[in-house]
Amino acid sequence: MNTSEISDPFKKARIESGCGHMEDQNDPATMLLRLKDVRKSAHNWKTFQSGAAPGRIVIPSEVHIRETRQIPFEVDPPEHKAYRNLVEAWFKRPLDEAYQQKLTTIVETIIDEVLTKDNIEVVEDLSLKLQSRALTLLLNTPFEESEKWISWGTHVFRSEGSSLDGDKANILYDYIDAEIDKAIAKPGCDLYSVLLASEIDGKKLSKEEVKGVMILTFAGGRDTVINALTNSVAYFADNPKSIQYIKENPEYTGKAVEELIRYFSPLTQMGRVATEDTVVCEHAVKADTRISLCWASANRDETVFENPNEVVLDRKLNPHVAFGFGTHNCLGATHARQIMNIFLTTIANKVASIDIIEAKENIEDLGDFKRKVGYDSLTVKFHNH
Amino acid sequence: MAKITFITSDNEKIELEATSGSVMQLAVDNGVQGIDGDCGGVCSCATCHVHVLPEHVSKTGTASEIEQDMLELDDNVSEYSRLCCQLDVSDALDGVVLQVAK
Repeated sequence: MNTSEISDPFKKARIESGCGHMEDQNDPATMLLRLKDVRKSAHNWKTFQSGAAPGRIVIPSEVHIRETRQIPFEVDPPEHKAYRNLVEAWFKRPLDEAYQQKLTTIVETIIDEVLTKDNIEVVEDLSLKLQSRALTLLLNTPFEESEKWISWGTHVFRSEGSSLDGDKANILYDYIDAEIDKAIAKPGCDLYSVLLASEIDGKKLSKEEVKGVMILTFAGGRDTVINALTNSVAYFADNPKSIQYIKENPEYTGKAVEELIRYFSPLTQMGRVATEDTVVCEHAVKADTRISLCWASANRDETVFENPNEVVLDRKLNPHVAFGFGTHNCLGATHARQIMNIFLTTIANKVASIDIIEAKENIEDLGDFKRKVGYDSLTVKFHNH
Repeated sequence: MAKITFITSDNEKIELEATSGSVMQLAVDNGVQGIDGDCGGVCSCATCHVHVLPEHVSKTGTASEIEQDMLELDDNVSEYSRLCCQLDVSDALDGVVLQVAK
């Protein structure tokens, strides 16, 4: 088995029953494993709500470490629409050429740097740095802020080896509180200031609402982007011909990005809370219990994807749900896609091959299943042309 | 060369000509309002939804099962719905008129 391979632990359960089960802090979740069920349930926000207690739709649940409601993520229609409309244009800025130019500079600087070194540890030396520096563009904050975010390490929300860590989460929440106060005292052109100045139905957003958007922006795009980047490096190390393919066929970079994100599914699942007794996939779901939309399993559904466990860089029909589906689809997807697109292009232009020296996998424990989502550490050597 | 006409939700009529590529890409490159094409054309995001004017359905053909499954959950679906990333520009499409769904 190649180091970069990410297997599909859900196959048997997906084919046989369509469901899995996961215990989580006395709030178990019925996991939906088939693409159609996942899509339909994501679409049905009335029966499967996101607006439950803050933190409850996240798995593992964050109800014990977070009181702030993430916005628009943990708000359902009709209120959801006003919040989403408010932030949508800001989160589409990655489509601007100037934004892409700056992002290219960030990515090229990091790749140039790793090419000069003997060995690098990808998570710390590449992915965390790139994710943090790119986030300064999304927030439109000074580049130097990224140094602080990098210093937090990858485990802002988790201690090494354990699940959720309230003290670590507080580092982020306290930081955001302080940044909001700064933006109130001296408004600028950053996301904090833009949110503080915006209104819904003639009413300014409260500090708590602004904090809710900012926590979502920081938390939603951290582990996910880091895993996507690290997994890409492992993939290209095992498949040097793919680097060559993208170099020779740059018009397929977009399709390659979608396929890698399908295959990696950097966010394994997201929960919902049932608002009534219902049935999914011939499985009873009681009101006020949780289901999970298992994007990672849905993205390997053999009834939809041909050769689901293979990376097919030019896959033309690729109806994956790696960015979620429906009302609550990923707000940061435009940013994430641009990062991946520019990352692949830069690797194709500058890198000939990558050697894996040592890999320590990050395996999620999901009750019935264990799933590799990325790496705790990945030591490699980059070679230029 | 195919002439393809988009009618946006503001009733703006945009006539474009192309020889290759997808209809979605043509729309995005020309800033047709309501066609975002977020996923770049792999049938994953449903942000390129159009209604083919009934008299032009013979030019486009019908949606594949995967495409239909995506469309089925769209609020504004009709029997003439297509995701235009799945329509390749060719002479067969010449003269087609597409009403943008969003």
